[in-house]
Amino acid sequence: MLWYLGRRLLQVIPVFLGATLLLYALVFLRPGDPVAGLGGERGLPEAVQAQIREQYNLNEPFIVQYLLFLKGVFTLDFGIDFRGQEIIDVIGAALPVTFQLAIMALVIEAVFGVLFGLIAGMRKGGWFDGTVLVISLLVISVPTFVIGFVLQFVMGVKLGWFPVTVGRDPNFYSLLLPAIVLAATSFAYVLRLTRTSVAENLSADYVRTARAKGLRRSQVTGRHVLRNSLIPVVTFLGADLGNLMGGAIVTEGIFNINGVGGTLYQAIIRGENVTVVSLTTVLVIVYILANLLVDLLYAALDPRIRYA
Amino acid sequence: MTTQFPVTNGDLPVGEGDGRSYEAGTDKPLLEISDLQVSFTTSEGVVHAVRGADITVYPGQSVAIVGESGSGKSTTAHAVIDLLPGTGKVTGGSIKFDGREIVGLPRAEIEAMRGRDIGLVPQDPMSNLNPVWRIGTQIEEALKANGFDGGKRERKERVASLLAEAGLPDAERRARQYPHEFSGGMRQRSLIAIGLASRPKLLIADEPTSALDVTVQRQILDHLEVLTQELGTAVLFITHDLGLAAERAEHLVVMFKGRVVESGPARQILANPQHPYTRRLVASAPSLASRRIQVAHEQGQESDELLAPDLDATVPRAGVAKAAQADIVVAKNLTKVFNIRGGRPGASTDFKAVDDVSFTLKRGHTLALVGESGSGKSTAANMVLGLLDATSGVVEFDGTDIASLSAKEAFAFRRRIQPVFQNPYGSLDPTFSIFRSIEEPLALHKVGGKKEREKRVRELLDMVALPQSAMRRFPNELSGGQRQRIAIARALALQPEVIVLDEAVSALDVLVQAQILELLGNLQDELGLSYLFITHDLAVVRQIADSVVVMQTGKVVEQATTDEVFDNPRQQYTRDLLAAIPGAGLEGAAIAG
Repeated sequence: MLWYLGRRLLQVIPVFLGATLLLYALVFLRPGDPVAGLGGERGLPEAVQAQIREQYNLNEPFIVQYLLFLKGVFTLDFGIDFRGQEIIDVIGAALPVTFQLAIMALVIEAVFGVLFGLIAGMRKGGWFDGTVLVISLLVISVPTFVIGFVLQFVMGVKLGWFPVTVGRDPNFYSLLLPAIVLAATSFAYVLRLTRTSVAENLSADYVRTARAKGLRRSQVTGRHVLRNSLIPVVTFLGADLGNLMGGAIVTEGIFNINGVGGTLYQAIIRGENVTVVSLTTVLVIVYILANLLVDLLYAALDPRIRYA
Repeated sequence: MTTQFPVTNGDLPVGEGDGRSYEAGTDKPLLEISDLQVSFTTSEGVVHAVRGADITVYPGQSVAIVGESGSGKSTTAHAVIDLLPGTGKVTGGSIKFDGREIVGLPRAEIEAMRGRDIGLVPQDPMSNLNPVWRIGTQIEEALKANGFDGGKRERKERVASLLAEAGLPDAERRARQYPHEFSGGMRQRSLIAIGLASRPKLLIADEPTSALDVTVQRQILDHLEVLTQELGTAVLFITHDLGLAAERAEHLVVMFKGRVVESGPARQILANPQHPYTRRLVASAPSLASRRIQVAHEQGQESDELLAPDLDATVPRAGVAKAAQADIVVAKNLTKVFNIRGGRPGASTDFKAVDDVSFTLKRGHTLALVGESGSGKSTAANMVLGLLDATSGVVEFDGTDIASLSAKEAFAFRRRIQPVFQNPYGSLDPTFSIFRSIEEPLALHKVGGKKEREKRVRELLDMVALPQSAMRRFPNELSGGQRQRIAIARALALQPEVIVLDEAVSALDVLVQAQILELLGNLQDELGLSYLFITHDLAVVRQIADSVVVMQTGKVVEQATTDEVFDNPRQQYTRDLLAAIPGAGLEGAAIAG
């Protein structure tokens, strides 16, 4: 177990190096000069431009820039962005909001997806099953921004149940509607996955054995059907945490949330390479850790999985 | 087919010598099934799986329902505890347990009866335990569900004693393990512990050992018999194996196509079967009394004649050396070591699956590799097929070491030796039509044009006695026996000299098994084929093999002609295997009587 954990954590290192190098190269190779665009219509004086280039090491060869970036990462000194803010502060401000949003969305999709999927799977072919299948198909096929604007308009503007936007003061209540929107698509997938898995497990031999023991139906469902059905669902949820964190750009835009998505978008537009790469790297690491967590959870759910 | 159960007078006393005493008529029946009808709703309409079954079980009595797959025997048993799969429904008749009607009982009352009054030991120990819970937890559940009074500690103690009672040593530690850490036999013992946990009056044992090796099967059945006798539990056996049924139950019920066609005391049915189906079943049950299917001998040919070179001339084959060797396959000191990866770096262990095995397959003969699962027989076969590389040792095919073949020669070699595998459901691609499945090897080896290949497929279908119209069908439309015929046709397509049959008839019902064995015998005779026959079933060996290699944990323990092995086994292990064949003891007794 410890061997396994150690090996998995060691794997983070090459993934981190590879991902950052790739990201840095992509951002570096991007056409256009970020400094030239800084001064708006008139542009900055030549001397100022040269000073900025000097400050951000933009005259150095690619590999030197990359190594300087790595040095910054390991000394936790990412430098400052073009607006003079410490990049670490920018990340520090954006990450918690997005993280909270992603976790809320994850909980929503897990709880409701598994619950509805379980009921639908138990009564496959019934009216509940049919209804949720149609709804989930609808949710999957309609783009997130449509769901976002519609819910914002109906729940926020018309009914006034939720704050219309989040703005500077993100709290649980104001993030609830964005979290629902963010969770919608994955909810549909979790539901379908659980439904199929439950329906399959219901006809498993060990479920019949459990019933033959004299267990009540609720006991059979909880102890034998649900737990076994959760194994593929957990895999999906773990991979989805990364998607939720990185993929919240649209939702954050609609509800005016100053999260990772918005910050990343702005940084890309302005050509702040260090900010882009740093933020993306954080997302990569979150992704890796989420996957590790899934693998550990997977083994907890299914003792047949060996750490090898 | 020369198989026959020795016929004695039909007047054998009921339940003689098995220690159980019951007198029909004086006791009230424990289970009374009358005119039971069960049907399933499918997309093609209603299928009547059980059409009028009458079965009575008295307290403490053992009754076996015998029939082939699809006869409705399992369905009948599952109806008794209301565990019919899918759309299955009791549509008529009645099931009375202890005088109480079960059909139509509310769910809660049925749930209360399950486990407490009627226990179940299911068929496949591999799939019937939940892989994610500990063995002990799964037994504990059975106790809790049926009102075991006592705290956590008493429950744990009870679990350990139940496991010990089912024949698992070191029960306390075992209870903390997961199913995947158990062998098939151990799992089946756990399932028996679950089935008997709450001391039911009736235990339904649905093919409880058909997935296990013969020797394990025997131990478990012996144990189950002793246990149920001590507890006074009535047992309803479901089995396709007539020998096993007759040996284990005092009363037999024969089912055929959803109906009970015959029932009565076991020995009476064996000795004097009335219904034509029962007669066929009795006749084709492979057993020790079986003899080699000797089509060649019937035609007055001796095996030496089969070896004569002119026979080869009658079977034209492209690219075969004329100076054919009499020993077509020779395995010399074959060893295969698998490296098993450990939990931490460097913690790998070597596992010797095949250990210094040598054998010789003569042209036109059948050599059987016999052993339990894990004995290395399939690994040895895969090395002969060239699908696995030997760690050391040599496989010579027609005088050439197959390891020395170049890629091109190896491709040509594959034409000369073809496999047929155990599972006819898994070895045919479900998306391929039958024609495509049989044609594939021909196309792969670029044999003839499109027209010729189609002609050849038709020929092959004739050879395996299937209608040519089967060509356009798909595997899911065929039965297990038909699929195995297709697999044989595919193996024959390239006119091989050797066919490796890896448990090729093990998954089939007895009657189908007999047909396939006969087909194999005929094909061998017509085409001069040599068979390497891998099986765990000694009864089948007697019917098909000329010589036998008995393997145990990777080593050859005995090697002789079939008659020698059966009449005069030299090793204890071989004797154990022979003794474990269901019905063996019974026959001996019948012959002696």
